[in-house]
Amino acid sequence: MRSLGGNVNYPKDILVSFYRQMLLIRLCEESFVEPILAREVCCPCHLYSGEEAVAVGVCAALTERDYVFGNHRSHGHYLAKGGSMQEMVAEIFCREAGCSRGRGGSMHLIAPEVGMLGAAPIVAGTISLALGAALASTIRKDGRVAVSFFGDGATGEGVLYECMNFAALKKLPIIFVCENNYYATHMPIRECRVEREIHEIARPFGIESRQIDGNDVLQVYDAGLQAVEKCRSGNGPVFLECLTYRFRGHVGPDDNIQGSHTDIRPLDEIKLWREKDPIKRFGDYLVDQRITTQEELKMAREEIARTVKDAHNFARRTPLPRVEELEKYVFA
Amino acid sequence: MSSHRKLSYSLAINEALHQMMETDPTVFLIGQGVKSPWYVGDTAQGLLERFGTDRVIDTPVSENAMTGAAVGAALAGMRTVVVHPRMDFMFYAFDPIINEAANWYYMNGGKLSVPVVFWGIINRGGEQAAQHSQSLHGMFAHVPGLKVVMPATPYDAKGLMIAAIREPNPVVFIDDRWLYKLEEPVPEEIYEVEIGRGNVVKAGNDVTIVASSFMVQESIKASEILVKEGINIEIVDLRTVKPLDENLILASVRKTGRLVVVDGGWRTCGLAAEVSALVSERAFDALKAPVVRITLPDCPAPASATLEKAYYRTSTDIIQAVKSIIR
Ligand SMILES: Cc1ncc(C[n+]2csc(CCOP(=O)(O)OP(=O)(O)O)c2C)c(N)n1
Ligand SMILES: [Mg+2]
Repeated sequence: MRSLGGNVNYPKDILVSFYRQMLLIRLCEESFVEPILAREVCCPCHLYSGEEAVAVGVCAALTERDYVFGNHRSHGHYLAKGGSMQEMVAEIFCREAGCSRGRGGSMHLIAPEVGMLGAAPIVAGTISLALGAALASTIRKDGRVAVSFFGDGATGEGVLYECMNFAALKKLPIIFVCENNYYATHMPIRECRVEREIHEIARPFGIESRQIDGNDVLQVYDAGLQAVEKCRSGNGPVFLECLTYRFRGHVGPDDNIQGSHTDIRPLDEIKLWREKDPIKRFGDYLVDQRITTQEELKMAREEIARTVKDAHNFARRTPLPRVEELEKYVFA
Repeated sequence: MSSHRKLSYSLAINEALHQMMETDPTVFLIGQGVKSPWYVGDTAQGLLERFGTDRVIDTPVSENAMTGAAVGAALAGMRTVVVHPRMDFMFYAFDPIINEAANWYYMNGGKLSVPVVFWGIINRGGEQAAQHSQSLHGMFAHVPGLKVVMPATPYDAKGLMIAAIREPNPVVFIDDRWLYKLEEPVPEEIYEVEIGRGNVVKAGNDVTIVASSFMVQESIKASEILVKEGINIEIVDLRTVKPLDENLILASVRKTGRLVVVDGGWRTCGLAAEVSALVSERAFDALKAPVVRITLPDCPAPASATLEKAYYRTSTDIIQAVKSIIR
């Protein structure tokens, strides 16, 4: 199997850690399906299954000191940046022990201690915040890089273009990571834009831009490393369009298959992308290349499944926010 | 004329849109989700099939530009309805709504008016948290040059949508998903509910409740419980938040001498504060007790359902408030 386009000469522990990270996100995402259906989880969850290679590849190229901002679909960004799974699961269960103390839910994940400065569901709403984090880095000359994760849908918002222009003008250390999964809620991309090569939108601003296979973690990692290097050496910004696909529908476990009540995606298309599952693909590759064995991967899966289960047990055990503390974080 | 035909709140809006688009070729609908039940419920059902993609336009995620386009089309002779499937997304559109549309007529000496409806849907609850729960009527009402309507019933939803579309000036039409299933008889013909006119939905002598939108329904619930305890409240449904039906409010307060203002928005500088100020300026002599405001606390909407329950106001709060000033 030769579809993985990245540099293969990474040490085994790095390669295996990519696999584990992606699997961690996948198993954690899928662990919400039952609680959502049972209405134990009520906040809107936009699952990241299928897109794991993007978050993992990009975040692996960063250090803890670098910054990340996410959107409505940010479970993967948060975990890949090193956010605590227990705190995330607790947040999705809206518990006091959650990373946002149960005030934010699935769409507001934050872990400042590892550079995850927040996620929020207003489309394109956090792109300019990442721009500001990059600006702070240049003012302080501390070498940090900021990453903005956003979807193809966000390319409809004018603020993205304002940010690209300013970032280019000031050579800011920001990486615009567009996760192009071909849909924005009910709208296929062809109904949203004529130029479907999203990476092309950055060039007129003088920004180096690339389109990559977002289901190939090595390709994403390579591109991420190069982008980070450019940004750190004062030659930012960089734009990365990562082609990928969400296995689940827009929100919750629903698949949005044509013919169902959320009648959007052709079954064939879903099947095709399932064959490009970034985790299966990378696992097969690691085994093929004799970097690891099926047995080791199986053991990793079992271990990660336990971690996920522990996180759920933790979340369910911890208390809900106290009603008397509704206004606890209000300052004005 | 079958005046007993029942319609839900959301389908009442839908019927208004069908009838206005049918009778006036300059009317068109633009916004996210108009071709999909995901966003706007059944309020837009059948429109695309009937009027086609020229006049029923689903859009990319571009609130600022789409709203500006709605304003520009109105300046160029169309009657535009631009929908925001969730009010929270309208912040991107504040510039065309406020700087442009609201001011255009005045700052150009009355040369051109802007017949546009900014339709914003309140969609709250369900642990959606701070950016997916807001109601911005107080902010819009603050702005000179915008009329703001908030129907509480299916009848008013249809009549106010029609009036808003026919109005030569910008109207912010705000509906609430929590009302969508509410049903009542709705006339089949085209009719208007006059903008700027409130409605006494229940007469009473003890306390005046001024409410709008979903909080009218909570007030009605409260009245049914209070009446069993011998307390008769009068409920004034504002229907239009701007311009306020001042005379209706004042007349009711003059009758009861007591006022509870119930609002689904925040407290500070909000609609309830405005109504309260109006009454203290113009009916101070009639008041037998301090005015009470029931509003959201000055706090962003929380995610946790436990906190949501404490955050949103209900008939229980209204009952308590009424009792607190009636002793
Ligand atoms: C300003 C704004 N407008 C509309 C929405 C409703 N909305 C939520 S997600 C979404 C589409 C997002 O698509 P994309 O950016 O491609 O991300 P994906 O869901 O595909 O990951 C929209 C329109 C919103 N959250 N914010
Ligand atoms: Mg998308």
